[in-house]
Amino acid sequence: MPLVKDGKIVDDTFVHLADDAVLASGGDLLIPAVRFLADSGAAVARSGKTGVVWLNNRDIDDLVAHLDKISIVALVFPSFRDGRAYSQARLLRERHGYKGELRATGQVLRDQFVFMLRAGFDAFDVRKESDAKAFAEVAARYSVFYQPTGDGRVTAFRQRLARHAEVAGS
Amino acid sequence: MYAYDEIDRTLVNERVSEFRDQVQRRLSGELTEDEFKSLRLMNGVYLQLHAYMLRIAIPYGTLSSPQMRKLAHVARRYDRGYGHFTTRQNIQYNWIKLSELPDALEDLASVGIHGMQTSGNCIRNITTDQWAGVAPGEIEDPRIWAEILRQYSTMHPEFSFLPRKFKIAITASENDRAAIKVHDIGLRIKKNEQGETGFEVLVGGGLGRTPFIGKTIKEFISHRDILSYVEAILRVYNQYGRRDNIYKARIKILVHELGIEKFAQEVEEEWLQMRDGVLALDDVVVEDIRSRFSYPNYQKLSDNPDELKAAAADPRFAMWLGNSVAPHRVPGYSIVTLSLKPVGMPPGDATADQMDAIADLAEKYSFGEIRVGHEQNLALPNVAKRDLPALWRALDKIGVATPNVNLITDIIACPGLDYCSLANARSIPIAQELTKRFANPDLAKLIGKLHINISGCINACGHHHVGHIGILGVEKNNEEFYQITIGGRADEQAEVGTLIGPAVPYAEVADVIEDIVEAYLALRARPDEVFVEAVKRLGVTPFKERVYATR
Repeated sequence: MPLVKDGKIVDDTFVHLADDAVLASGGDLLIPAVRFLADSGAAVARSGKTGVVWLNNRDIDDLVAHLDKISIVALVFPSFRDGRAYSQARLLRERHGYKGELRATGQVLRDQFVFMLRAGFDAFDVRKESDAKAFAEVAARYSVFYQPTGDGRVTAFRQRLARHAEVAGS
Repeated sequence: MYAYDEIDRTLVNERVSEFRDQVQRRLSGELTEDEFKSLRLMNGVYLQLHAYMLRIAIPYGTLSSPQMRKLAHVARRYDRGYGHFTTRQNIQYNWIKLSELPDALEDLASVGIHGMQTSGNCIRNITTDQWAGVAPGEIEDPRIWAEILRQYSTMHPEFSFLPRKFKIAITASENDRAAIKVHDIGLRIKKNEQGETGFEVLVGGGLGRTPFIGKTIKEFISHRDILSYVEAILRVYNQYGRRDNIYKARIKILVHELGIEKFAQEVEEEWLQMRDGVLALDDVVVEDIRSRFSYPNYQKLSDNPDELKAAAADPRFAMWLGNSVAPHRVPGYSIVTLSLKPVGMPPGDATADQMDAIADLAEKYSFGEIRVGHEQNLALPNVAKRDLPALWRALDKIGVATPNVNLITDIIACPGLDYCSLANARSIPIAQELTKRFANPDLAKLIGKLHINISGCINACGHHHVGHIGILGVEKNNEEFYQITIGGRADEQAEVGTLIGPAVPYAEVADVIEDIVEAYLALRARPDEVFVEAVKRLGVTPFKERVYATR
């Protein structure tokens, strides 16, 4: 499954840690939330980087205390129809100020890219090779956004205000 | 009318281009039908019994004449020459080819209309009173707020994959014509003691297989906070709404299971963390939106012009005038309802020729503006009273002047088994038969206000729960049967109707309705005790006895 990060297909240095696997001291690991919470100290004391896989029915508040020690939060879309992780993503970015990698995993298809980018995701475990290759094109498909979110895109309303100001100033 | 600017138009065009790509990928096989399904649904495309169906939004029920002509064009060019106006201020085309859908949408985009979010588990078309901006006594024009919410909800990055569909309706009148109590969120515009505009917020209303009347979650929220409060509701719903069973996924079930107090508390906690954030509406935003609504340049006209006095001698005109014409907030003007319920025809259908003619008449007599209401009728909102006789003759000629608005033949019906893959039974032929039984306008007038709503299955698209008489199609041993409820209503006193007894077979439905009506005529306290009031006073029993005595 290709990983798209910052708009490009990249190699994934992270390995998913199975529920029953031994916690290796080195290597970049994506650790299931249950294991991470059971001994977060051991997880972050390793030499490799740590990411956490956070299921969409888990309260994001339980992760907040750990955000400054981890490199990746991987949120999960069990199906593209299940949109709970969009709320989690926005809360992480906009309310809790999380600055690390926010990775979309699960059934990630091209038609969700714009929504995901707007919600604060910056890395995508894309299901299909063709979707990953189309990332840049798809991400640029829309130029108008009505809602203010933490992604910094200028909203339609701000565009209008800027235009009024231009007209007034000219 | 709200005028889309370049920014709004750009988004609609970008959406059409995206959809064209999605259709292409489906046709080439790159997308499975399952993957395509949610994408087409986000553009209002359903797969029905015989063909794809396209549902187009008419935001807050307002159309310009050029937009109406474009709807006619799509009906003629891509469909079979007609369209069907729905109970949620949408229009549906039933016979569109998949390969032509992007072209149809592109044509519609040229006048700023689209099918975005008319289906799928997202925030649907925001609806309001079809008399918004023209009804006497209105607190203020609810379309300003509907437009703010339309923009807010369009392609929302967080709420486009909710547990289930989400419907918002707004009213600003005492008399609720937008059925806000049967919406996921209902908003009633009001002023507080300081004269500030705000909203009473209702949540958890809805029909379907488990009907609920919405409950008040907030008595008053300032207009400044309306978006953040709606977002708080949506966020709680997105996180906690059930996703294991689509029949239990609407917000009404969450509200019911948690209880309104607990749900309100969750929303409040979420809201308090964001109310002063980016969604707080400053007045500049509201004024910017308001400034893009244009209002007619009304003249000072007589409220009782000679033309009207002269025409009153014609009993047909007089009957129509008494039935289909309502007071306007400006003296000398009227609101005219165009009945899409002619005897023997499917409720809510209009042909391309009718649409074109209505567009012309709107330009001539209503400042180029047309409205669509949830009762599946149209309205011309700005007609000078002196023009009423001439307008009536023109409307009569094209078959949209049946004087049956709010009467027994003004039936709401879903498409039913004639079109819909979900239906258990037919709706349209039942409606057609009933309009024939009660075709005599004098009889209909004698009966008075009576809403019959028909749904062909438990999903309740025909709003049968809130019909004064509700008819629900069910299947029994491969045959069409119908459950009858009475006493429902969708207005400010919204109520779910009560079942009168066992379901009856297709062939007996019209007889049963006749029995109920006869019982009502015999039992009503006075001629102006309308049906639904009589049911409230008498209960179901006398009607039940009448219907089942001989069955």
